[in-house]
Amino acid sequence: MAALKPAETLSPPRSSGPLASWALRHVSTAIAALGRLARHPFASLMIILVIAVTLALPSAMHLLIKNAQSVSATWDSALDFSIYLQADISINDARRLADLIQQRADVEQVTLISSDEALAEFRDQSGFGEALDHLTVNPLPHTLVVRPGSADTAVMISLLHEELGNLPEADIVQVDTEWVRRFHAILDILQRSIAIGAALLGAAIIVIIGNTIRLDIQTRREEIEVTKLIGASDAFVRRPFLYSGLWYGLGGGLFALALVRYGLYAIEAPVTRLAGLYNSPFSILALDLAESLLIICAGVTLGLAGSWVAAARHMRRIEPR
Amino acid sequence: MIRIENVTKRFPGGQDALRGLSLSVDKGEMVFVTGHSGAGKSTLLRLIALIERPTSGQVIVDGQNTRRVSRRKIPAYRRQIGMVFQDHKLLYDRPVFDNVALPLIIAGLSHRDAARKVRAALDQVSLLHKEKQFPETLSSGEQQRVGIARAIVSRPKLLIADEPTGNLDPDLSLEVMRIFRRFNEVGVTLLIASHDIALIDQLGCRRIPLVNGMVRYEEEEDVVAEYAERLESDQERTEWQH
Repeated sequence: MAALKPAETLSPPRSSGPLASWALRHVSTAIAALGRLARHPFASLMIILVIAVTLALPSAMHLLIKNAQSVSATWDSALDFSIYLQADISINDARRLADLIQQRADVEQVTLISSDEALAEFRDQSGFGEALDHLTVNPLPHTLVVRPGSADTAVMISLLHEELGNLPEADIVQVDTEWVRRFHAILDILQRSIAIGAALLGAAIIVIIGNTIRLDIQTRREEIEVTKLIGASDAFVRRPFLYSGLWYGLGGGLFALALVRYGLYAIEAPVTRLAGLYNSPFSILALDLAESLLIICAGVTLGLAGSWVAAARHMRRIEPR
Repeated sequence: MIRIENVTKRFPGGQDALRGLSLSVDKGEMVFVTGHSGAGKSTLLRLIALIERPTSGQVIVDGQNTRRVSRRKIPAYRRQIGMVFQDHKLLYDRPVFDNVALPLIIAGLSHRDAARKVRAALDQVSLLHKEKQFPETLSSGEQQRVGIARAIVSRPKLLIADEPTGNLDPDLSLEVMRIFRRFNEVGVTLLIASHDIALIDQLGCRRIPLVNGMVRYEEEEDVVAEYAERLESDQERTEWQH
């Protein structure tokens, strides 16, 4: 039995293609890290679940807003407003005025509701039917319902309100759809709050994963010392922990998608029933591909970030004694 | 191969482990550092392995001054040196094969490329048949041989060993030393810290006695005289070297 001769040079031993061996090394480290998680399935699952819930929360809120926006999008064009004319304007004058306004470039359509039609409608809908018969004169004015042009901006619409309100024949201009814009403003605020909340929850994920990896580093302290002693670089020692973080993040992201999907499934039937009651073809919007990928990427990125922070902080301090 | 020039190592708290130590080990030598515990043997090896840095003086290993090896370069530096420890320092969560392969994996070899070298190293220490076992199932002597296989698997030019036989009975110790001797015969330089003078004397290697962090040459002379006496009276024990 002949002893091994020392290598002639001190350069690292040859290997089959630097890129291929690099890739192979990463794949085997990744698989080993996954195996390590699988050896403690309960603990790993708990961490993945925490990350999943943390990711699913803002995702679900985002979906809520997205659906609210899609419902209210159709209300946008319905920025109709009503001009109640002075009581002494005759029906013929009202018709002439309606034709005049109709010719404006910033108006799409004008509908005249005569005082008689208005009273008839009121009689039908208010339930005061018989009481109204006792009126000797019709107290309701003629009304013009104006639909602004679809190309009008918010500024143009408010100018239109002002100009038409200043007509001598006009009594009151009533904008029925102001609340749509308020609603949109509220949605904007909510959306921004969710973005802030998501950022905070992202920081929480970094802390959770960082702490998990820190404990992992502590329990494997001896192994780290020994591998460093026989010449492992910081990058080599750090790599398995980064992959653990990556797996936690990826698992959390996928689990979050499943949670959101299950949540949607659970509320789909009642929402469809509600939409049916409103005779609306509305159906819930789910997460699209880009959003799903974004959630998974967020999980992976946060997982890597958390493990990186822990590894950078704690690995350096572990040196062979 | 190793040149230690006027090295002092002072630990925080003020005690000096090494005081102006100078010594050198030539290429291809097999040298023992002896002395009582606390004499500075381990500290010397730790300076060579760059686990510690000297307070003053130079440590030059294979032409490299360790002072100029930055923190980032330490891993590459350590990969040139094989190290054997008294407590083996094996990883107990993986089989013998993976333990021995570790230096090669660290150096970037694929598992497949490493396998041939791992088997050759295990063959050197006669443990080829135990590659799938976990270290815990092995005896202390076998564990030490796994540690030796790991130290030589990447074929270093220099092997340092800190009390490699400290936990072994005399027969196993002799076996370990024989393994070291075989490496030495093919050109590996060895620096071994040990207090087992009887064993060292059987090998007939140079001894560097350390006392209080300094080389005690007068003691070395005594040792040579003692050694000559023992050679005469104990022919049987020295037979195996030849």
